[in-house]
Amino acid sequence: MSTPPTNPATGPAESLDTDRLPAHEDPGPQTVTLAAVPLTRGSLPRHAARLVLLGAVGLGAALFAAGLGATWGAVLAAVAYTVVIYLWSRSVEGTRRAFDRFVTAVVSSAFLVALVPLASVVWTVVDRGLARFDTEFFSYSMRGVVGEGGGVNHAIFGTLIITALAALISVPVGMLTAIYLVEYGRGALARAITFFVDVMTGIPSIVAGLFAYALFELFYGPGVRMGFMGSVALSILMIPIVVRSTEEMLKLVPNELREASYALAVPKWRTIVKVVLPTAIAGIATGVTLAIARVIGETAPLLITVGITTSDNFDPFDGRMATLSVFSFSQYATPGIPREAYFDRAWSAALLLILIVMVLNLGARLISRLFAPKTRG
Amino acid sequence: MAKRIEVKGLDIYYDKFLAVQGVSMTIEPRSVTALIGPSGCGKSTFLRTLNRMHELVPNARVEGKVLMDNEDLYGANVDPVNVRRHIGMVFQRPNPFPTMSIYDNVVAGVRLNSKRMKRADLDALVERSLRSANLWEEVKDRLNRPGSGLSGGQQQRLCIARAIAVQPDVLLMDEPCSALDPISTQAIEDLMLELKEQYTIVIVTHNMQQAARVSDVTGFFNLRAVGEPGGLVEIDETTKIFSTPSNQATEDYISGRFG
Ligand SMILES: Nc1ncnc2c1ncn2[C@@H]1O[C@H](COP(=O)(O)OP(=O)(O)O)[C@@H](O)[C@H]1O
Ligand SMILES: [Mg+2]
Repeated sequence: MSTPPTNPATGPAESLDTDRLPAHEDPGPQTVTLAAVPLTRGSLPRHAARLVLLGAVGLGAALFAAGLGATWGAVLAAVAYTVVIYLWSRSVEGTRRAFDRFVTAVVSSAFLVALVPLASVVWTVVDRGLARFDTEFFSYSMRGVVGEGGGVNHAIFGTLIITALAALISVPVGMLTAIYLVEYGRGALARAITFFVDVMTGIPSIVAGLFAYALFELFYGPGVRMGFMGSVALSILMIPIVVRSTEEMLKLVPNELREASYALAVPKWRTIVKVVLPTAIAGIATGVTLAIARVIGETAPLLITVGITTSDNFDPFDGRMATLSVFSFSQYATPGIPREAYFDRAWSAALLLILIVMVLNLGARLISRLFAPKTRG
Repeated sequence: MAKRIEVKGLDIYYDKFLAVQGVSMTIEPRSVTALIGPSGCGKSTFLRTLNRMHELVPNARVEGKVLMDNEDLYGANVDPVNVRRHIGMVFQRPNPFPTMSIYDNVVAGVRLNSKRMKRADLDALVERSLRSANLWEEVKDRLNRPGSGLSGGQQQRLCIARAIAVQPDVLLMDEPCSALDPISTQAIEDLMLELKEQYTIVIVTHNMQQAARVSDVTGFFNLRAVGEPGGLVEIDETTKIFSTPSNQATEDYISGRFG
């Protein structure tokens, strides 16, 4: 901007910047005058966007009806909407608004595209899973079941026990690591820990399973299977998630609160326990819940370490246990006769897993709402 | 209660950076000492050395002596946590604990140090501290509401109540009013005049009228030059500093000619 715009109606003296210029100095060429930049500009009618969208959807539907696939119909509808709204807006509202509408259309389309797989998965799983979502499914195990019937009671408890044990291992280890990194750690050790946590984040789950197996094999000999081994494998996957989320939450606690506590002659560890953790607890609890949700559906490591069984085994330190994910996999991978009964159980177990993860996510939201520091009581 | 602080030849470092050099002063009990000076000359840094908050910054250190009633605060066996029991602090931005109610904020210093107290004693402590901070009347009906729901000025007075609830001997205040409106500022200035009956008060302020109104002694900090460490230029009776300072830089600063 070379010179401040001058208003022809009131003259250049109105502007503060021109005021400061010495009187004899030429204010320079007038590139822009206010008269050239009107305060108002054209705008599309109020429901323009909605009408164009309706038209585009109508076009897509017509193409679909004319025998074009649903995908093409949707894509062409999106393109038609984007082009029409951009050109129309450009002719009436100018380039800035037009570009705004263009980007809005692109971003919304991208969002819808991202939503497609999610909706599709949910639809498929619900559709096929409902077939066996009955009381027998929840109250029976697979003991002695060949063909139709049977249930996942044993697998539900297996999943809950193994995941709970994994959380019991991961939450203290992960939280203490994060506390060390944020509140105490500096220098080479902290950097090394951060590095290894990063590496752990990327470990494929099958490797975690193999590691846990190799570890337990040392003590129990080859062919060992037990629920606790699965918990160890899961916690290898869970610990880095807990560390990361706890770390982020602790970093969000303002340093001023720590200083306020120190200034009251509160020792550091008490400051952490009584001030820092309570302030961050909502976020930490949310992170932990999401970490649980992340590992509860793991299949590969549990297949190696825990295996599968048809009857109840609720002792995580003794032999094979059933879990929902491995149950679903084994029903699908090695069906008996009739095959449909096995596939139905696989889908129902998958649906149940999705529901559990959803409940955990809702729980995370609830927790963060319950624990969040309140500003107004 | 109310102790004398003597500072002798204090050099303050952030790692290798010498931030403040060669400060010597005596802070009298039952008085308000104001520290003024341009931004970045090390007033906050100096204040934080008085209750050993400075060393919370990684690699920060101090050379020289700070004596509280002839006891060296930087002596070999001195526990910084115990120093802070005697010397409380109020910060520039009000920082009540967001997870705690007004009541819990006031007793935080007692509770967080896990001192056991009877409920009645705690109640009395809360009322006494809030009354001292001129906040009691405004909050007595909502002691169980969150402290962060108060206005900025009320929050700052809550922080003062929290600081005096542990009954320190010295109260340090780092620009306690700079985030507040004039009415809250007035309330806190009145409060300082009351508190100095019992406490030794050191206040950093950018507001020269405020220094003139509330303080008995004023110290002027300055940077000798850009890149040089800051230091204490002169310290004297407030009336003298604001009428006939002995140093030209002080006179320039308070008359608004620089800084
Ligand atoms: N945490 C810190 N680490 C390194 N240098 C700091 C830190 N805090 C302050 N300083 C430096 O110390 C000097 C004094 O700062 P400060 O005490 O905040 O000044 P004032 O409170 O008088 O405005 C400044 O040069 C500042 O950059
Ligand atoms: Mg400061």
